[in-house]
Amino acid sequence: MSSTLVVQLVISGILLGGIYALSSIGLTLIFGVMKIVNFAHGEFLMLAMYVSFWLFHWAHLDPYLSMLISVPLFFIIGILTYKVFIKKTIGAPILSQIFVTVGLSIIIENLALLFWSADFRTVSLSYLSRPIILGPFSGLGLEEIIVNKARLIAFILGISLSIAFYLFMRFSYLGKVIRATSQDRTTALLMGINIDRVYTISFAMGILLVGIAGALMIPIYTVHPFVGFEFVLIMFVVVVLGGMGSIVGAVVAGLFIGVVEVFSGFFIGPESKQAVYFLVFIAVLVLKPSGLFGEKGEEELERIEAIGE
Amino acid sequence: MSLLKIEKLNVFYGDVQVLRDVSLEVKKGEVATIVGANAAGKSTLLRALSGLLKKASGSIRFNSEELLGLPAFEIAAKGLIHVPEGRRIFPLLTVQENLEIGAYTRRTEGNLKKKLDEVYAIFPVLAEHKGQAAGSLSGGEQQMLAIARGLMAEPTLLMIDEPSLGLAPLLVAKTFQVLERIKGEDVTILLVEQNVVRALEFSDRAYALENGRITLHGTGLDLLKDPYLKKAYLGL
Ligand SMILES: Nc1ncnc2c1ncn2[C@@H]1O[C@H](COP(=O)(O)OP(=O)(O)O)[C@@H](O)[C@H]1O
Ligand SMILES: [Mg+2]
Repeated sequence: MSSTLVVQLVISGILLGGIYALSSIGLTLIFGVMKIVNFAHGEFLMLAMYVSFWLFHWAHLDPYLSMLISVPLFFIIGILTYKVFIKKTIGAPILSQIFVTVGLSIIIENLALLFWSADFRTVSLSYLSRPIILGPFSGLGLEEIIVNKARLIAFILGISLSIAFYLFMRFSYLGKVIRATSQDRTTALLMGINIDRVYTISFAMGILLVGIAGALMIPIYTVHPFVGFEFVLIMFVVVVLGGMGSIVGAVVAGLFIGVVEVFSGFFIGPESKQAVYFLVFIAVLVLKPSGLFGEKGEEELERIEAIGE
Repeated sequence: MSLLKIEKLNVFYGDVQVLRDVSLEVKKGEVATIVGANAAGKSTLLRALSGLLKKASGSIRFNSEELLGLPAFEIAAKGLIHVPEGRRIFPLLTVQENLEIGAYTRRTEGNLKKKLDEVYAIFPVLAEHKGQAAGSLSGGEQQMLAIARGLMAEPTLLMIDEPSLGLAPLLVAKTFQVLERIKGEDVTILLVEQNVVRALEFSDRAYALENGRITLHGTGLDLLKDPYLKKAYLGL
C-alpha cells in the first residue's frame, strides 16, 4: 500500500467525518439535555437538504447562501416541533418517547414523498466540479492528493461550526444554563431556570445544526425522501461512540467513523461499509461501554481544562 | 409582619399524605429551624414551599403573596431560595459556573462579578478551587458551594436542608460559623437540621415536625428546654 494512497484515504475520511460530526452534534445535544432520542433527526436533515435544493432550483440560490434562510427556518421548525410533539413526552416512559419521534420521522418522510415524489434530486455547482490537486510532494515521497471542493467546504464549515458551538456551550451564560439543566433539572428549577424554555431552545438549536448540515450536504449527496434513514444510522453510531451528549465526543467519533468508512469502502467495498462501522461500533462499546467520551471522559476533560486555566 | 406564613398546608405524594395541616411563620431577619425525626416530612415541606410538589393545598404566603400553584422557577425569582438536601451541586460544572448559575435570577453583568467577589470573601476555599469541576470537591466543600450558590441569588429567605449531614464534626462547626455569618448579612433563614442542639441554640424560632404535623413551637431555647423534645431527640 503506497503512502500516497494512505494519505489520500485519511484525508477523504476526515473530510467525510466533518459532515458526520456537524450532523450529529444536534442529536447529541438533544439527547444530552432532555434525554430524548430523536429518531426523526435524519428526516430533519432530509428536509434541510430539500430546502436548499428547492431554493437552488427555483431561486437559483447558492446552497451555501441558502443557509441564511435555513438557520432561522429550522430554528422555528425546532421550536414548533418541540411545542407540538416533544414537550408532552418529557418525563414520559421511554416507549412513548420512541413512538413520538419514530412517528414523526414516518410523517415527515411520507409528506416528502407526497409533495416531492421519490425522485432523486441533485444540485451541481459548476465552480465545485473540478477537484483541488495538491502536490506532488516529492520531499515526502507523496504523489498528487485529490481533494473534492464541496467536501472540503463542508468539512471546514462543519468543523468551524462544531467548534463555535462547543465554545458557546462552554463559555456563554446560556451554554452554562443548558449544561446545568442537563445535569440536574430539579436543581436548575430551584435556581429559577425555566426548564421548558431551556428545552425549547436546546431542541431548536439541535434542529438548526442539522439544518446547516443539510445545506452543506446538498452539493455532495442526492436528496430523496428516504435519505434521512441512510444518515441517521451513522449519526446514532457517532453519538453513542462519542459518549451520548458530549459535543467533543461527537466530533471525534464523527471523524473516526469517516475514516473507517473510507478505508472499508476502498479495501472491502462500498456495499459493506455499514457492516464495518457497526463492527467497529460494537468493538468500541465492548471495550469502553460509556463510549469514547462517556460521562467519566467528559469529567476528566473538564478537569484537564480546569488545570490549564 | 411575617415574611413567610404557611397555613394548613397539606401535601401528598400520590395518595399518601405526608404533611397535615402544617402552619408556621417566619419573620424577617429571623432564623427559624424545623427539627424532626427522619421521614417526618421536613424536606417535603421545603420542596412544597419551593413549588416542586404539585399535590398541595392550603396557603403559602411570602411577602403577603400567595405562592401555592406557582411554578418553581417563579418562586425562586421572588427570592425564596432552597439549598436542597444532599447538596445537589452541578458536578460537571466548575465551582465558579455553579455560582454563576446560582445568580440566574439576578444575572446582570456587573452584579454577577460583585456577587462572586462577595461570596468568595465568605468562602475563600471556593475561590481556591473556582476552576475545578464541582464534583471533585470534598463533601464539606460541596456543602459550602451549595450554600454559596444559594447566596448568589440574593435570597430574601434562604431555606437550607440539613447542611451538616454527613460532615465531620470540625466541618459541622464550620458550617454553623458560615450560617452565623449569613444571618449577620440580613438574610432570613429557614433551617432544617438533625444537629438539634446547635440548630436550636442558633434559632429565634423553632418548630418540631412529627409524622407530618407540627407538634411543638416556640423560641429555640423553649424547644431546647422542652422535656418531651429532650427525650425524643437528645436522649436526655
Ligand atoms: N418522592 C417521594 N415519593 C413518595 N414518598 C416520598 C417521596 N419523598 C419522600 N417521601 C416520603 O415522605 C415522607 C417524608 O419524607 P421527607 O420529607 O424526605 O422526610 P425528612 O426530610 O423529614 O427526613 C417519608 O415517609 C418518605 O418516605
Ligand atoms: Mg430530609
